[in-house]
Order: sequence, then C-alpha cells, then structure tokens
Amino acid sequence: MSLLNVRDVTVRFGGNLALDNVSLTAEAGQVTGLIGPNGAGKTTLFNVITGLQPPQRGDVRLGRRDLTKLPPYRRARLGLARTFQRLEMFGLLSVRENVELAAAVQGNSSPAARADELLAMVGLSALAYTRSDELPTGQARRVELARALATEPRVLLLDEPASGQDEQETEEFGEMLGGIAASGVAVVLVEHDVQLVMRTCQVVHVLDFGSMLAVGSPDEIQRNEAVLTAYLGTSAP
Amino acid sequence: MEAFVQATILGVAIASILAVAATGLVLTYTTTGIFNFAHGAMGMLGAFAYWQLRFDWGWPAPIALVVVLGILAPLFGALIEVAIMRGLTDAPETVRVVVSISLLVALLGLGQLIWDPGKPYPVRGFWGVDKFEVAGVDISFHRAAAMGIAVALAVGLRVFLYRTRAGVAMRAAVDDRPLSTLNGARPNRSAMLAWAIGSSLAALSGILMAPLIQMSHIPLTLLIVNAYAAAMIGRLRSLPLTFAGALLIGVLGSWAIEYVPSPSILWDNFRLAIPAIVLFVVLLVLRQPRPRGHGLMRTREIIPRPSWRGSLITASAFVAAGLYLSQILTDTDALSAARILALSIIGLSLVPLVGYAGQLSLCQMSFAGIGAVVMAHQGAGGSVIGLVLATVVTALVGALVALPAIRLGGLYLALATGAFAVVLDEWLFRLQPFKVGSWEIKLFEANRLSVDRPHLLGATDTNGGLLIVMAITFALLYLAVVTVRRSTFGQRLLAMKDSPAAAATVGINLTLLKLAVFTLSAGMAGFGGALYAGTAAGSVSSDQFTFVNSLPLLLLGVVGGIGTAAGALLAGLLLAGMPLLFNDYSWMEDLNRVLPGTMGIALGRNPNGIVQDLREGFAPLGRAPLALAVTLASTGVVLGLRWADLVSGFPFAGLLIAAVLSGGLLLRLGVLPSADAAPEELADEDTDVPLEWLGIDRPFHDDDVAALDRALGLEGVPVS
Repeated sequence: MSLLNVRDVTVRFGGNLALDNVSLTAEAGQVTGLIGPNGAGKTTLFNVITGLQPPQRGDVRLGRRDLTKLPPYRRARLGLARTFQRLEMFGLLSVRENVELAAAVQGNSSPAARADELLAMVGLSALAYTRSDELPTGQARRVELARALATEPRVLLLDEPASGQDEQETEEFGEMLGGIAASGVAVVLVEHDVQLVMRTCQVVHVLDFGSMLAVGSPDEIQRNEAVLTAYLGTSAP
Repeated sequence: MEAFVQATILGVAIASILAVAATGLVLTYTTTGIFNFAHGAMGMLGAFAYWQLRFDWGWPAPIALVVVLGILAPLFGALIEVAIMRGLTDAPETVRVVVSISLLVALLGLGQLIWDPGKPYPVRGFWGVDKFEVAGVDISFHRAAAMGIAVALAVGLRVFLYRTRAGVAMRAAVDDRPLSTLNGARPNRSAMLAWAIGSSLAALSGILMAPLIQMSHIPLTLLIVNAYAAAMIGRLRSLPLTFAGALLIGVLGSWAIEYVPSPSILWDNFRLAIPAIVLFVVLLVLRQPRPRGHGLMRTREIIPRPSWRGSLITASAFVAAGLYLSQILTDTDALSAARILALSIIGLSLVPLVGYAGQLSLCQMSFAGIGAVVMAHQGAGGSVIGLVLATVVTALVGALVALPAIRLGGLYLALATGAFAVVLDEWLFRLQPFKVGSWEIKLFEANRLSVDRPHLLGATDTNGGLLIVMAITFALLYLAVVTVRRSTFGQRLLAMKDSPAAAATVGINLTLLKLAVFTLSAGMAGFGGALYAGTAAGSVSSDQFTFVNSLPLLLLGVVGGIGTAAGALLAGLLLAGMPLLFNDYSWMEDLNRVLPGTMGIALGRNPNGIVQDLREGFAPLGRAPLALAVTLASTGVVLGLRWADLVSGFPFAGLLIAAVLSGGLLLRLGVLPSADAAPEELADEDTDVPLEWLGIDRPFHDDDVAALDRALGLEGVPVS
C-alpha cells in the first residue's frame, strides 16, 4: 500500500473545476513527479493534501490514516510537510529561526542543533543569522526545504523547488532529493524543469486542466501521446 | 397585542435606519475591501452638520438635507477615499483596521472640537411630533419616513448596482480589481463613488437617528456597532441579508424595551447591549476562513530579536528614569507619572498580541476595567493577591471573549472585541450591585470604583515610592515581553503573523496559539488596569474603561511602534500625560481631541512606528563614541540642572531635547568625527570600490569625480 493516497479529489472554485476526480499515490523511498502546464491544478492538489483547501469530494490518506477532515497542523504532525510555489517564509525570523521553529514544533529536543545540521545540508550555514526575507528566491527555496525537513516528514511535497536556482544548483538539488527519498521519505515533486523531473523521479503524474492525464515511469510519460499533445499541441512523429 | 404591534413597528423604524447605515458599510467594504470603522463617526458629523444648518442657522429642512446629503457628505467621503483609503488597497489587514479606527477617533475628536460636547443640541424629527394612526397604533411621520427611505434605498440600490454602468463597474471592481481595469473600468473611480455614497448613507442614518436617541457625539458614533452586527449577518456581502439583520436587531431591541421587566437592576440597560450580543452570536456561526499566505505587497516589518544585554540596559534605564523622576517631581506629579506608567503597562499588553501575533483587540481598556473591578473587591489594602486575582480573572475572561472569534482572527476578532467592549460599556459596567441567590455581585457602584493603591512592604506609601515601584514593574514586564519574543512561543507568533498557511503546515495550531496570546494579553491588561485604578487620586469612573478609550491606546501603540515598548510608553504619555496640562494650557485639550486620530491616520501605515525612525536616527551615535559621549554628558548636565531646581517647565523640556539631539547634530554638521567617516579610511576604501558603485553606498564626493574622469580618460576636459 502506498504511503500517500489521494483518491478522487474534486475541487471547484465557483464555476471553475480546478480538480476533477484526481487521484495520486506516492511511495516511501521514491520521488514522485507531478507535472502539468500552469493552471493545471498542481498547487491546488498540494493545498488539498496539506489541508489548506477542503475538497468537495475525495479523500486523502497517509498510510491507513484518513486525513481528509483533519486541520493542516494535525496533518503536519502526522508527517506531511511542504514548500510553497510562492514563497511563504517566516520573514520576520532569521533563516536559522525558520528551521529551528519547525523542529521545535515537532518536539525535537535540540531544535537548534537540528537546524544547524539541516542548514549545512542545504548549504546555507553562512546565512543562518540573516533575516529570511532578505534572501534571493533560490536560497529562500532551500530554507523552505530545510524547514520542511525539520518537521521530520514522512511525505514531502515540493512545489517548484528548483525555480530561481541555476543549472549547477539544480543538479545538486536533484541529488539531494534522491538522498532524502533514500532515507525513506515519500517525495512529491512539482516542477517545470522537466529534465530534473525525468532524472529524479521514479513515477511521474501529468495533470492537465484539473484532470490526471497520465501516470507512469519517466520513459512512459515521455512517449505518452496524450502528454505530448497536451504539452506540444501535437503528437510525436 | 396592541403593545406588541406598537413595539414591533417602533423596532422596524429603528431597523430601517440601521439598514441605511449598514448598507453604506457593506457598499464601501465590498467595493474597496476596507471595513470603515469610522462609518458611525461620519454619520455623527453628518447629523451635527444638519443640526447646524437646520436648527442653529434655521435653514429649511429640505435645503439643509440637500446640502448635507448631496454635497457635504459625498464630498467628504470621496476626499477620505482619495486622501487616506486609496493607499491602503494592498496593505495588511491590521494596518487597514488601525487606519480606519484612527479615522473614527479623529472624526470623533473633530466633532467634539467643532460642537462642544458640554452643550445641548436640541433636534426635532421631520414633521416634529406629528403622527398618524394605523390599526390603533400611533406612528410618527419621522419614523414612517425612515421606513420609506429604507425601502426606497433597497430598490434604488438594486437598480443602481444592476442596471447602471457605474453600478456594474462597482460590482466588477469587487470581483476582480485588476481584471476590471483591463476591461476598461476605473476601480479608483468606483471606489470614490462607493465612499461618496457610503458617506451620504452614514449621514442620512445619523440625521434620522439623532431625534430618536440623543444628539450626542459618542452614542451616534457607536451606532455603528449596531450596523456592524447587521452587516455581519449579511456576511459583509449580501445587501438583502444585511437588511434582514437590521430588522432583527431593531425589532429585538424594541421588544426588549417592551417586555424586559423594568425597573430592574439587571436588565435596565440590557437592550443597549443587544446588537453587540447579536454580533457575537453571528461571529460564532460564521465559517472559518482558510489559513492564508502572506500577500505580495507588504511593507517590511521590523520586529528585532532583542538581545539580553540591550534589553537589560533599557529596563535599567526605565528604573533609573523612575528614580530620577521620583526625586524631582512634586508629590502630585509623581502620582501622575505613576499613572502614566500604569496606562503604559496596559499598552504593553498589546505588544505580544498586535506586535508579535498581528491580532487586534478593541477592548484592552475593558479588560483593564475588569482588572480594576477585581482589585477593588478582592484587593483591599492594595494586596498583591488582589493583583494576582485581577490578572487571572481578566485572563480567563479574555479567553472566553476570544473563543468565538479567535478561529476567525483579523477583522472578525477586532469586531468581536469591540462588541464585548460595548456590552461592558452599555450594560455590565452600569449594573448596580445585585444578588444571585445569596451571592452579591458588585461591579461598579454608581459608575465609580474605589481601588486601594498597591501595597508593597511600605515602599508605595509615598507617591515617589509608588512611582519607583511602577517603574520597576514596567521594566520587569518589558523584560517579560522580551522573553516572549525570544522564546519559541514568540517565534510561533511571528511565524503566524507572517504566513498563517506556512505556520499551519509546519504543525502550529493557530487557534490555540491565538487563544494563548489573547489570554496573555488580557491578563496583562487586567494587571495594568488594577494598577491604573490603584494609582488614581480618588475613585475611578467606568467611563475610563470604555470602547472609545481602547481605540487611541491601540492606535498610539501602533504609531509608537507596537513591536517594542515604545508604543506603550507613547500611548501612556499622550493619554494619561497630556490631560495633566489641560488646566494650564486649555489649547492642549483641543489638540488632544484630534492628535491621536491624526497620528494614527498619518503613521498607522508604517508598521514599525516612530521607534524605528528614532532607532535609525540615533544609529550613527553607536559608531561615533565622541558624539555619544557629548549626548550623554549634555543630557546629564540638563538633568542635573533640573535636579538642582535651576530650570523647569518648557525651558527644561527644550534644553533636554537639545541635549539629546546634540551629539547627532554635531556629527551631522561634521564638527565631531564619526568612526566610519574618517577621511583616511575613506581613502583606503576607495581603492576597493568598483567604479559603478561610487556614490551608491555613501555620499558622492570630489575624489569620485576625479576617479571617474581618470577611468574615462576625461582628465582635464573642462565641463561646459
């Protein structure tokens, strides 16, 4: 049984169907990709999983536990963590405080030490005492990643974590994700850098206009006609 | 049965006026996203303007009405939109609320400045006392007119919003402001129109209401709380539901007059609290909004993590100031200074709540009143147990008040706390002692309360001693607030203020956190209230603990800097200190009416307050030891002169300001050297600065021009 199970989720904003009967699973120890054009519903799906957006229909399970009715903070304490497409730093706090707080909330007995460890991992030790809203986007995304990891998640949802990072940073980032997944975390990656997704993910989901268009291995997805049509407007020759 | 019909019809008439007021409120809120707390104050000004034209100058009613409703009120509304509200479109909700409340306070002050509250303002309804009879029930023409106007307004607004181009543009701006702009609409124009109409409706409701209650500043201004409740039933969106809400409140109030036993100690003023209670109940059933991320457009807030060293120095400075003042002030003045500090402690209670957590309370003085009541009845002889009880009881009441609205937060919490304050003002604080079974409950007696000064091993027996104890207490509470900021609890509060969505997704229970900080803040206010009442010369009146008194406390706190103790001190100084000067300088009283509100409007937008400007202004002194020494020495000399009684009053104040500014001024004039402006160091730095950076990180000087000329090969080329 998959660690994260999203089943038949439907979300409507007025007359606009943002998610139409969408299902998604993510396995522990794997990086699961979620791609799709802008407005496909990727962030909305993350919001549903983390409890920021109640769905009209469908459910979200973590292992056997049904999370659908739980508030966001309870889901976080059960092991769901995320980063945000539009940065949501605790801008009044320092970089270190951002991470330390997340560790403390989860009951870590030495949150400061854990924060230092994670900041070293994402390469931001030198900026630990900088106010977090002073960082450029790429570095801020790493702080959000460290903050999410500080909650010791079982499922990690990353919303465009590589945007704002240069090529080399993105490559290192892909390796880091592999390492995080290898430690037993189910990583779900929303990303526009398709190369990164294909390189890092074991399974890729494709979302288009609120519907799940295809699910498969990176190879299968790259050959999938419906996906090619949606992305390129035409199928491969 | 006849009594029932009569009461209902009277209620419907009141409801009609409320509907007019609430409609204006909803219209401005939906069009511009700003909840106009000053709507009632605008109505009050409209009613007084009408009184001036109609009754003082004797103009015919129709002409006076046209001038007020057709010219003065709409122009005033449009002016407020353009000058104040337009800049708030992208501001955080706390800033919008604070500026809107500042407007309320400023307009109330303006009204009292123009029309002296001490004088009577007799008004008559339209057609005087003429009335007609329907089914055996008397209805005055004035009330009938109110009902007719409400119906006409409902129909007229429907037609305006759905059938006219301006109305459709207004609705488009509500749905999506940027999109409506792309489609050729002009949202700014729609907003101006909405405020003009809103202001006219406020004035109309004030004019209609004045003959039915009394032509008085505060009651007319507080009419808005009734309109809040009606608007909230309409969820600040639906005009038909707003009308229904107004009907409910008007009729309930009228039935209460008819059916609540009278005279009754417990229920006499209950009807006045009905709208606030309705508002409370509505907030209970409103659905919780989703936690949101932070917006894109924000002013950068600065809430520094204070160091222990700096905080201890500041706290010691408070104590030293207390000691110094206790030596130079007269006995009476020392008591006044102690009272300023007590009020500052109430102001300090807003720092964790507003400064750290970004939540608003409009009832901090009501909490202070509860603390005072507990101290009066349980703290005989000024016992410390009384102070502890005052703190605990107020904290518990705070938790109870917050429970219904805390999950909603923001504007809703502000409204709930405002409603609570009005329930206390209008009803509970006016109750005479009454019995429940064999238990006698006493709050205020005949609106007054006698509270013993806090007793601490004889240290507070003299006024000078009391001042020192208050200074130490303030310093300790300041350190407690610093501890909160430095703790994980403080970090959680700031995280929630910054991004509720992110805070929730790292596992923070926002509802519990808000409840905790609200309880803490209420407890502090209760403690401060017990001291505030205990430092009064004689008994205190319940009038000192009203909704209207809570507002300047909040907005001056924000103006001074709500993330630090500075805002609290500013609020204490202006609110408890300025009135001391009224006897000698009567113009101060007029100034004090409009000063807090005006400051709030002007400075409320800056979330960092005056303290941040001061901090930046004095920062160069930290890098210039000589200038710092000059400042400290000259300040010391002036304080010494005052101690020796060689100077006092305004000359002393002037000298003190000059001394505090001396080092910085000399530094700026170049008389004193600054560590980072030493010429030889500059020369060293220049070699490292890339050409394109010249003049960016420090002032541009002649050497830079020469360096640029050299690099560009322009040396010796004359500038024509």
